Amino acid sequence: MNKSIQNGMAVKCTGLRKTFGEGAAAVQALRGIDLEVRPGELMMLVGPSGCGKTTLISLIAGILDQTEGECVVFGHDYRQMSQSDKTRYRGENIGFVFQAYNLIPTLTAAENASVPLLVRGENRRKANDRAREVLQQVGFNERMMRSVPTELSGGQQQRVAIARALVHNPRLIVCDEPTAALDHETGHTIMALLRSVALHDGRALVVVTHDARIFEFADRIAKMDDGHVERVVHSAAELNGHQK
Amino acid sequence: MNFIALKMLIGDRAKYLGIVMGLTFASLLMTQQAAIFVGLMSRTFGFLTDTSLPDIWVMDEKVQFVDDVKPLQDTQLFRVRGVEGVEWAVPLYKGLLQARLDNGSFQSCNVIGLDDATLIGGPPIMVKGALADLRRSDGVIVDEVNANDKLAKVLPDGRRVPLQIGDALELNDHRAVVVGICRVTRSFQSQPSVYTTYSRATIFAPRERKLLSFILVKAKPGESLAALCGRIRKATGLTAYTREQFVQLTLDYFMKRTGIPINIATSVLLGFVIGTAIAGQTFYNFTLDNLRYFGTLKAMGAANSRLLLMIVLQALVVGAIGYGLGVGAASLFGAVTQNSEVAFRLPWQILALTAGAVLLICAGSALASIWKVIRLEPAIVFRS
Repeated sequence: MNKSIQNGMAVKCTGLRKTFGEGAAAVQALRGIDLEVRPGELMMLVGPSGCGKTTLISLIAGILDQTEGECVVFGHDYRQMSQSDKTRYRGENIGFVFQAYNLIPTLTAAENASVPLLVRGENRRKANDRAREVLQQVGFNERMMRSVPTELSGGQQQRVAIARALVHNPRLIVCDEPTAALDHETGHTIMALLRSVALHDGRALVVVTHDARIFEFADRIAKMDDGHVERVVHSAAELNGHQK
Repeated sequence: MNFIALKMLIGDRAKYLGIVMGLTFASLLMTQQAAIFVGLMSRTFGFLTDTSLPDIWVMDEKVQFVDDVKPLQDTQLFRVRGVEGVEWAVPLYKGLLQARLDNGSFQSCNVIGLDDATLIGGPPIMVKGALADLRRSDGVIVDEVNANDKLAKVLPDGRRVPLQIGDALELNDHRAVVVGICRVTRSFQSQPSVYTTYSRATIFAPRERKLLSFILVKAKPGESLAALCGRIRKATGLTAYTREQFVQLTLDYFMKRTGIPINIATSVLLGFVIGTAIAGQTFYNFTLDNLRYFGTLKAMGAANSRLLLMIVLQALVVGAIGYGLGVGAASLFGAVTQNSEVAFRLPWQILALTAGAVLLICAGSALASIWKVIRLEPAIVFRS
């Protein structure tokens, strides 16, 4: 069995590097990342724009391939998986919450939330029923479930996105700037919802953000800069203390 | 996933309608123009279709199409009758004569002179009167459409009164009396068809040394038509064609020696190109607009093959709808113009070819979109 499972890690990155382009035009987005995320933990990746946060979560989610290094997610090493295996693994084990929500505008909230199940080939009715269940958990009523994204507020849309990320019971949820498009109060509500609904059954959350107002929701915070993880702290105060 | 594909497509109403309209236009134009072409071409040999009894048409070797009459010696008829294998052979006159109308104007008429004894070569359908009435003095049979139109009597107040049995005509300064009304295939140049006896037609026609236009031949039972044609050619020095060969000869002439095919083909090609441009461009734009969502689906575990199928489904759905609407509109056009001057004939081959063209348009549109989606990096979803 893989060492990371033995050690109880949800995500283990070792010496992770990612270079875009070649030769003189090559850009090193990640310069050797060592990071661990535990099951049941909300890990935040923070840092300035261009420091490699999004690249890192893309690698963790199996969307991008690393140039060097190791990335093992719940015991699965992406380097040993084919593209189709990675695609399948992603569909079964990873949920996504995006900054721009990425809800399909012509689908209702319930239909959007059911998409991961439909991608897996589930029966439409069953997928819809399950989506409704999860939407209820995030506070949606019947009328809201029948609404299309344009009829919902930003916060409501992000709730739909969270429901979509949870509907297929993934083991890892990756969130990219989930509160960037929301006001402070709504962002706060969304993060509280994420913590209360998502962090169960050994599920891990990795949240990319530069919104200091939501640092309080993290179990640990990894500060990144220029493609490196500078340090990992347990609170915003620790992070701010270091910055001083 | 098919459900998602269709909802994405139909939900973007503007683009959906744009794609469907593009394909509808392409289908309509290609179908309608092709049908008009087939209708026109059918009219070129309509007379041959109407005259179905003879097996073989004998004519001067220089004849290029059915209306290109090169007169024969009357004696040729007897030489053809003497060829082994010929059951019967009758003369046929075909020529353009001027009819003088009541109001003093003239109308060119296609006068067909039938063998006096047998009246072989007569019109396929008699609407009023009987073919045998041609034997009455000065008798002519006029086609229904032109009896109501070009040959109709125009009253002083401008009203048109259809030509009726008993009405008199003046054909090349000779009196003719309408003894029947018939229904025939409209001619290519839409001239009135006037049937009479061969002897009367030769009186109506301007005096010339030779007046015989064609010799119509029936083969004896069991006779090989090709062999009989060969024997007739050898015996008389004339050309002999089966009906199908004469039809083909006429078609070939109009296809190769007139501008009709190229003009119609240009219209059809234009329909295809414009349809492709509109539908293809709009479909591609639709994919571009939804690239983020395709990326999201990819991120969530949808394989490229699944996304490809979604796009193919979308293309097929708009293709089917556009094709149906376009062909439907073309058929409606054909139905509405059925009894008019417009030549329109819609055989199943045109429907099949149009379906093929629409499929090609859809395939091209889908291909560009598929290429874009397959090469899409799922990481696009992380960009705001």
